[in-house]
Amino acid sequence: MGAQLRVYKRRIRSVTATKKITKAMEMISASRIVKAQRAVAASTPYADELTRAVTAVATRSNAKHPLTTENPQAKTAAVLLITADRGLAGGYSTNAIKQATVLSARLRAEGKDVVTYIIGRKGVQYYGFRNLTVAESWTGFSDKPTYGDAKLVASTLIEAFTTQAVDELHLVSTKFESMLTQTAVEARLLPLKLDEVQLSDESQAKHEIFPLYDFEPSAEGVLDALLPRYVESRIYNALLQSAASEHAARRRAMKSATDNAQELIKSLTRLANSARQAEITQEISEIIGGANALADANAGSE
Amino acid sequence: MAELHVELVAADRKVWSGAATIVVARTASGDTGIMPGHTPVLSVLESGPVTIRTTDGKTVLAAVHGGFISFADNKLSLLAEIAELADEIDITRAERALERAQAELDAHAERRAEVRLFAARGLKAA
Repeated sequence: MGAQLRVYKRRIRSVTATKKITKAMEMISASRIVKAQRAVAASTPYADELTRAVTAVATRSNAKHPLTTENPQAKTAAVLLITADRGLAGGYSTNAIKQATVLSARLRAEGKDVVTYIIGRKGVQYYGFRNLTVAESWTGFSDKPTYGDAKLVASTLIEAFTTQAVDELHLVSTKFESMLTQTAVEARLLPLKLDEVQLSDESQAKHEIFPLYDFEPSAEGVLDALLPRYVESRIYNALLQSAASEHAARRRAMKSATDNAQELIKSLTRLANSARQAEITQEISEIIGGANALADANAGSE
Repeated sequence: MAELHVELVAADRKVWSGAATIVVARTASGDTGIMPGHTPVLSVLESGPVTIRTTDGKTVLAAVHGGFISFADNKLSLLAEIAELADEIDITRAERALERAQAELDAHAERRAEVRLFAARGLKAA
């Protein structure tokens, strides 16, 4: 086998191996999207009931709560950024980070100090590499978040808010719109605006008419217990949506990697074929040339 | 017979739903029993067992931790961060958790383990 042909054969083998890996990753992500979507769906009854209850308390009483009180001289704003733990997911983490950077720039332009909290190793790496300060970070659960994880994150943030270390809390996450579209979104979590509370199907909870509830122990007491749960549930939902988006982004990235490898194999095979044929042609012409030379030599001697 | 519709929902799943005649739960101001036609109420739940008596005479026991209860229009929602039906609870695991909590003097964990054991054993006894 000629040297040229051997190089092509080797490259085809290596691309085929890569294709097998990306194909496997694509399949794994595809099955995980379904699971992640199911988790999102399973968490909606709780989120909706909670939203309804929060709205009911807010409309049926005029209780004030630290988590809903706006500070007119807001000085510091916290940004919670949700990214992936692992790479190979296309622009998933990059898009979220970009959104967070834009948001931070806007908050700074409003004259506020920005404190960053990060979920996911990719975001931590990005900020670490650029020597940007991160107040706190959590890693290890981005592809399969549990309610406990959300509670842990929420408790840190709520504490920072109630001790007035931060005056606002913004959340940057990725919304799972469909298998093909995931968008990085930002939302202000704290202080809560009760008239903007939304149900999962995007309808305003406010339009419902609520019965005259008896609050036990008191409207304030109920709000005290409800609002932290509401923040937790919002963060949990954002985590689940982001996890589903991560898998979808990874599936798409791996699909295009597989397609690309297929394309590469095809063109390499073509090149290998023509190299093989060139070799054969060369051999034939060498043999014919040799035979002719022999024949000429023989003819001369007779 | 009058009945009320019950939904027991945990943060990450729907645990139980169906028709019932009475639901007893531990709220911040003590055990509360809710029957059909109760006045609309919204109250905070303590860590404790929830007893649901279904319309066909069966009893559903569950352990819930942290959450609240809301009742309106004969529809009762029990929301909990963690909710487990009695027959889902692993007694030996709960006993181990109780021992561990007692050793570590973690009052919250101890309470959670006790509630779990109570719910699981209550079902066995009944």
